[in-house]
Formats: sequence, C-alpha cells, structure tokens
Amino acid sequence: MEGERRASQAPSSGLPAGGANGESPGGGAPFPGSSGSSALLQAEVLDLDEDEDDLEVFSKDASLMDMNSFSPMMPTSPLSMINQIKFEDEPDLKDLFITVDEPESHVTTIETFITYRIITKTSRGEFDSSEFEVRRRYQDFLWLKGKLEEAHPTLIIPPLPEKFIVKGMVERFNDDFIETRRKALHKFLNRIADHPTLTFNEDFKIFLTAQAWELSSHKKQGPGLLSRMGQTVRAVASSMRGVKNRPEEFMEMNNFIELFSQKINLIDKISQRIYKEEREYFDEMKEYGPIHILWSASEEDLVDTLKDVASCIDRCCKATEKRMSGLSEALLPVVHEYVLYSEMLMPILSVCFNVKGVMKRRDQIQAELDSKVEVLTYKKADTDLLPEEIGKLEDKVECANNALKADWERWKQNMQNDIKLAFTDMAEENIHYYEQCLATWESFLTSQTNLHLEEASEDKP
Amino acid sequence: MEQAPPDPERQLQPAPLEPLGSPDAGLGAAVGKEAEGAGEESSGVDTVFVVVVVLFTFVQMTHNNFWLKKIEISVSEAEKRTGRNAMNMQETYTAYLIETRSVEHTDGQSVLTDSLWRRYSEFELLRSYLLVYYPHIVVPPLPEKRAEFVWHKLSADNMDPDFVERRRIGLENFLLRIASHPILCRDKIFYLFLTQEGNWKETVNETGFQLKADSRLKALNATFRVKNPDKRFTDLKHYSDELQSVISHLLRVRARVADRLYGVYKVHGNYGRVFSEWSAIEKEMGDGLQSAGHHMDVYASSIDDILEDEEHYADQLKEYLFYAEALRAVCRKHELMQYDLEMAAQDLASKKQQCEELVTGTVRTFSLKGMTTKLFGQETPEQREARIKVLEEQINEGEQQLKSKNLEGREFVKNAWADIERFKEQKNRDLKEALISYAVMQISMCKKGIQVWTNAKECFSKM
Repeated sequence: MEGERRASQAPSSGLPAGGANGESPGGGAPFPGSSGSSALLQAEVLDLDEDEDDLEVFSKDASLMDMNSFSPMMPTSPLSMINQIKFEDEPDLKDLFITVDEPESHVTTIETFITYRIITKTSRGEFDSSEFEVRRRYQDFLWLKGKLEEAHPTLIIPPLPEKFIVKGMVERFNDDFIETRRKALHKFLNRIADHPTLTFNEDFKIFLTAQAWELSSHKKQGPGLLSRMGQTVRAVASSMRGVKNRPEEFMEMNNFIELFSQKINLIDKISQRIYKEEREYFDEMKEYGPIHILWSASEEDLVDTLKDVASCIDRCCKATEKRMSGLSEALLPVVHEYVLYSEMLMPILSVCFNVKGVMKRRDQIQAELDSKVEVLTYKKADTDLLPEEIGKLEDKVECANNALKADWERWKQNMQNDIKLAFTDMAEENIHYYEQCLATWESFLTSQTNLHLEEASEDKP
Repeated sequence: MEQAPPDPERQLQPAPLEPLGSPDAGLGAAVGKEAEGAGEESSGVDTVFVVVVVLFTFVQMTHNNFWLKKIEISVSEAEKRTGRNAMNMQETYTAYLIETRSVEHTDGQSVLTDSLWRRYSEFELLRSYLLVYYPHIVVPPLPEKRAEFVWHKLSADNMDPDFVERRRIGLENFLLRIASHPILCRDKIFYLFLTQEGNWKETVNETGFQLKADSRLKALNATFRVKNPDKRFTDLKHYSDELQSVISHLLRVRARVADRLYGVYKVHGNYGRVFSEWSAIEKEMGDGLQSAGHHMDVYASSIDDILEDEEHYADQLKEYLFYAEALRAVCRKHELMQYDLEMAAQDLASKKQQCEELVTGTVRTFSLKGMTTKLFGQETPEQREARIKVLEEQINEGEQQLKSKNLEGREFVKNAWADIERFKEQKNRDLKEALISYAVMQISMCKKGIQVWTNAKECFSKM
C-alpha cells in the first residue's frame, strides 16, 4: 500500500516544493541516506528553494517530459548523425535517422503555433520511401506519445519537453525556449527510434511519414489492434491496483526509482544553480577587465602591464562563456530528461502486477461463482470460459511483466551511460576552461619576466 | 628610554642607508615564521595571533664609531583589550605589539631591544604629526579603519579575526614604509613611538603640531583662489583623483567577482553530497560516483584559500588607494603656500601703491582716508610723513617676507618633487609586483582546478 501511495503521489511532488525542505521530494518514509540530505545542504551555500520556480511548475499532464539532444552537439542532418550515434546494446546498424529542425511560426485567426521540420532517412523495407520530410507541431508529439503509452503500457516511453513553463508563459515563443524544445523533441524521436520495440510502432511510422491531412484523418480513427490489446492489459492492471504482494524485483525497482528520483532532482537543481552562478560570474568578469584599461590611461609606466592584465581577464571571460554553453548543451538537458523520466517511471511501476495477484483474483472470481447456486447454462459456460480467459490473461500479464523488466534493464543501462557521459563531458569542459586560463596567465607572466630581462632593471629576485 | 626633548625637528643620530629591497620584498621573505605562543586562539577576550616577523633592516651609524646594527621592526601580535575611554565609558579595542630587535652583525643573533603595545589611534596620531611636520613628503597611509570593499558579507566587522590580522600586517607595513623613507626614518617622534611606551602621546602633543596644522577651511579656500599654481601639482592632483577613482572601482568589482566565484565553487560541493548518497543505491556506478563526489568536495573547499590570497592582493591595491590621499595632501600644501605667497605679493603691491600715492599726492585709488580727507580736510604734512614712514617699514618687512616665502616655496617644490619622484618609482614597482602576484595566484588556481577536474573525470569515466 505504501509503495502505491508513494507512487501515486509522485507526479505532483516529483520535484521538491519551493519553500519547503527541498531535499526530500515525495512524502512517505525517508530512505536511509535521504534524511541526511536536508542537513547536508548548508544554508549559506545553497538555497535551493529560492526562485527556482521555473523548475517546479510543470504541466498537470505528468506524461509530458523533457527530451533532449541525443548527443551534446546537435547534428544538423541525419547523415551527420551516423558519426555521432551511441550504440546501445544493439550492435546492429541503425537504419532509421531522424532530425528535428527549422522551427517555424504559423499564424492563424485562432492561434499561433510553431511547427518543426522532421526529416527521416531510412533503409527499412516497410517504409515506402527512403527519405521523408514532414512538419509537426507539439500537439502531434503529444498525440504520438499518447498512442505509444496506450499500445505499450508496460514500456518506458521517453519523456516530452514540458508543455509550458508558467513563469515564462509570455515568452512561449522566445528563442531559447524554442531551441530547448527542439532539441528535446529531437531526442524524443530518436529515443523511440532506438527502442527495440517502439521503433516498429505503426503510429510512429505514420508520425514520421504522413502528410498533414493524412495524419489528421488517422488521428480520428479509433484505437488500433495493438492499442486495444494494450487497453485490456491496462484494465486488468488497474483492477490489480492495491495488490499487496509484489515480487521482490519490483519492490527493488520502486525503491530505486524513488531514490533515483530524489537524487536526480537534486542534481538537476544543483546543475541549474551552477549555470546561474557561472552566468553571474561571467557578467561581473566582463566589467573587470575594462577597468584595467581605464587605469592604464593614467599610468605611463604601467600601461603595458595593465593592458595585458585586462586582455588576460577578457580571455578568461570568454573561456567561462564557453564553459557555460558546454554545460547547457551537455549536462543540463541530460539531467533534466532524467528528472522527467523519473517522474514518469513511478506511475508505470505502480501499474506492474504479479502473477500471484492474478491467481488471487482468479480464486476470488471462482469463489464468487461457486456461491451462486443457480447456475444457468449460460453462466456455466461462462464459468468454464472464465478460468481459460483468466489463464490467457495470466500469460498476458507475465509477458507484460517481462517486457517491463527488459525495458527497465535497458533503461537503466542507458541512464548510466548517459549520466556517465554527461558528467565526463562536464569535467572535460572544466578542464579545458582551466587549461585555457592557465595558458593565458602563464604567457602574461612570461612576457613580464621577459620585459624585466630586457630592461635589465634590478627588480625583485 | 631616554627622554627626548620635544623638538621634532631634531634628527636622530642614526641615518638610514637604502633599505634592502622594498618593504614588500621583506614581507615576502619572512612570512610564516611563528613565535612562541603563536597560533593559539584562547577563548575569552584575549585573542592572540600568529606572529609574522617581517624583516626590514637599516643601518645605524654614529659619527665617530662605525658599527653596523640591524634593526628589525615587527607588529607581531594583536590583542583585544577593554578599557575606559575619555568619556569614562567602557570600550573594547585592539592593541598591537610592536617589537624592535637589533641584530648583531657578526653573529646574526637578534636581541629584543624594545617592545610595546600601541592601539590604532596612536598610529593615527603619529601619522597626523608626520603630516604636519613633513608636508612635502608623501606620508605612507594607514590601513583602513573599517573593512570596506568586502565581498564576504560576514567580514565587515572590525573585531573579525581575519580583519584584525590583515590590519596587523597593514600596520607593520606602515611602520616599515616610514622606516625605509630616507627622511621620515630620522624623526624623533617616530623613534619614540617605537621605544617609549608611556608618555609618548604627551610628547607628541607637546610639539604643538596640532596648532601648526593648516585648517581645512584655509586649504579649501586656497584651492579655489590660487591663481598660479605649479602646473605639475595640478596635474598630480588630477592624477591622484583618477588613481583613487579607478582603484575604488576596481576593488568594488573585484569584490563582486570574488563573491560570484565563491558561489560557483561552493555549489559544486553539493554534488559531493548527492553523489555519495546516490552511490549507495547504484551497484555499478557506486564507486565512481563516490570518489567523484569526494573530488567535488575538494574543489568546493579550495576556494577559501584562493580568496584569502586575493585579499592580500586587494590590500596592496588599497594601500595605493590611500596613498592617493597623501598625494593630494602635498598638493594642498603647495596650493596653500602658493596662495599665501600670492596674497603676500598682492598685499605688498597695494602697500607700495598707497605709499606712492601719498608721496606723489595723487589719489588714484579710492581709500577711506581719501574720503575723510575730502570731507574733513587735508591731513597735516607731519601726519602724512608718519604714515609714509609706517608704510615704508611695512613694505620693507613685506619684501623680506615675500623673499623668504618665495624661498620657502621653491624649497618646498624642490623637496616635494623629489619625494614625489621617489614615490612614483616605488608605486610603479609595487603595483607591477602586485599585478604579477595576481597572475601567479590565477595560475595556481587554474592548476588546482585542472587537477581536481582531471581526477573527477577519471572517476566519471570509470563509472
């Protein structure tokens, strides 16, 4: 029950609430390790709760997640992606390449919206052609995600970028927002393409290839075969809610997700904060260099030294800028994506069910039937059928469980790789930054000592 | 110690030779040496600080014997005291221990010759006195009374240990600057400051220097009304204004940059904690996360030392910020003297004219006497003669005075300018050194950063 409750609370409290103790999202009993986290963040160092509003408000639809670039550098075409792909557990060559670019604004009498160009290149037989170009808007992505969730309720569907950020509502169409969203949408589609199951989803194919009118008419159709099946499983699953005995592994998954969610949220906040601090540092540094130039105007003998110092500071400034952009390209999007993932995973796990539960239900139904003395032939036929149906359901359930387990393993593997890569990149950026600054100052120092030698004045040893 | 007659003009027997390097070089040479009892911070009112012995040497000679005796001056300790002030109210202040050692040339052993406690206000008194008696000298400034340009919100307190420590160093620097100045070091009052604990204040006050001080109002008046100031001094005044403004600006921005830098580093420390918590639930990534977290902690804590070093750099700049005021004081004195001269010349000219008029009988200028004469009748020839006599006397006197004022003025300009040249060279040396030391600090910071992030990267890639 407890796990259930926690899971259902997760979507709204997946991110730490502002003002309150930001380190332990989600109510429920604290985990070992997590109770320490509140004390560990010193007030003087980090006030995580101050004006992080834009992170805390998400759309009510918990299924909207942020998706980010697959790779730190945004490939400009599907072909260039070939060189930048991270191969996962599938050693096979990719045969589906997708890019999302060229956001365009459309104005109608009713609304204004943005469409993104999606280019697909593929060698797959089931596609009519080898290259497709379509335009899609955010709504279409929402639709696709919905369909995928319907069809594969036990698989981990990648998150979409947020619908909107309340704080920045007015700037819905500002450049940064659009760019972040574009990268996230690109990531979203590529994650689906890389998923062993989702990549063959029919709706996905239609999304990538259909013309605008084709897509709208397809959307209006009822749920497809796959999704009908999915519905049944889901229906059974929801009736299973409240099941007490869960298998060990799912408990483990639950625990992991909770802790992971806490940690990744913290990391997200920390990373955003670092970006903010670096930006403010950059802003101050910009002013720092020029003062030395100003000073050099009134000093005859120190002109060169002061000017050199100023140029060193400016160069370090530029290096900081580069470091910041590296952070926002590589680390921030990845961490944020996993924040959204972690929010999404809680409900999925709550949907997972076990065979024992199914058995119990079956026993219950059986018992119910037995108690009814008047058994009509119809009902008798039913009771004969029922165990068979339940048996089929059991199989379905077991399949679903296995699918989820496999997907979970895959997701975890991906997560570890992505996180590892993102942090390695961040470390690399920092190393590069310090190396640049070091070179700058060292050359300044050499030039000063050379001057000393040239002037041959008696300076300090 | 010998009771010195209250004549500050009298020069001390010891005459200085060139100091060994600049005071700052001396500072660098001996930092870190600790005396007994150093380093312990006792609870309660007394706080004792680490001793930093700074070496400065000047050579002592008598006119007959020639023996070399090195003198070391250091402000070695700071102590909180309570006492009663002039209004009989209890107050807390910090006292500083000044130690003077003489070092025998032959065996290099140092013997403590004098040690006494002084508080900041006594340093101020010394400086005020020097300003009056050496108006042509750019008198070294005192360290700031209150902490300004602070980047860390916590350290604006005068009783803050770090501030007191930096002030101790600043006071020592002040004394060393005086001791290394070819003229100031010979001053008797300065010598007594170092050697005569009791009665020193009275001795200074007996010199009556306060009376000799120029009033601020007079100086301001002169600034506005002087007609022909020496152009070099006008330029110097502009320079000092610029210097003050640009250094203030620089210090302000530096403080803000330091604040931001602190933020960047410290936030990374949070990674450390989260990583180590996270590592508890990760099987494969666990070790990598844990050790990466440790490096993040190292990174975050490294900023404290870095910024402390930068504080010393800021102090070096601050000294020259305050020197700007000393420069202005010299300019002001020149303006005063020049104005005085101009007034005297004007006065003399008008007296001469008056005299001439009386002698020739023409009245070219309006005068009260002329008016009354017209109204009440001419004065008698005897009266006129008497007046002419008086005027002639005054004119003579005036001419003498003008001559001596001119001489004084020229002497002043000559001496002042010599000291200003000396000061300029010192400033260029010191500031260049400060800028270079800033670069050295940056280099060290970068190297540390590279090391930490390389380690972190290794941990990440092993995850």
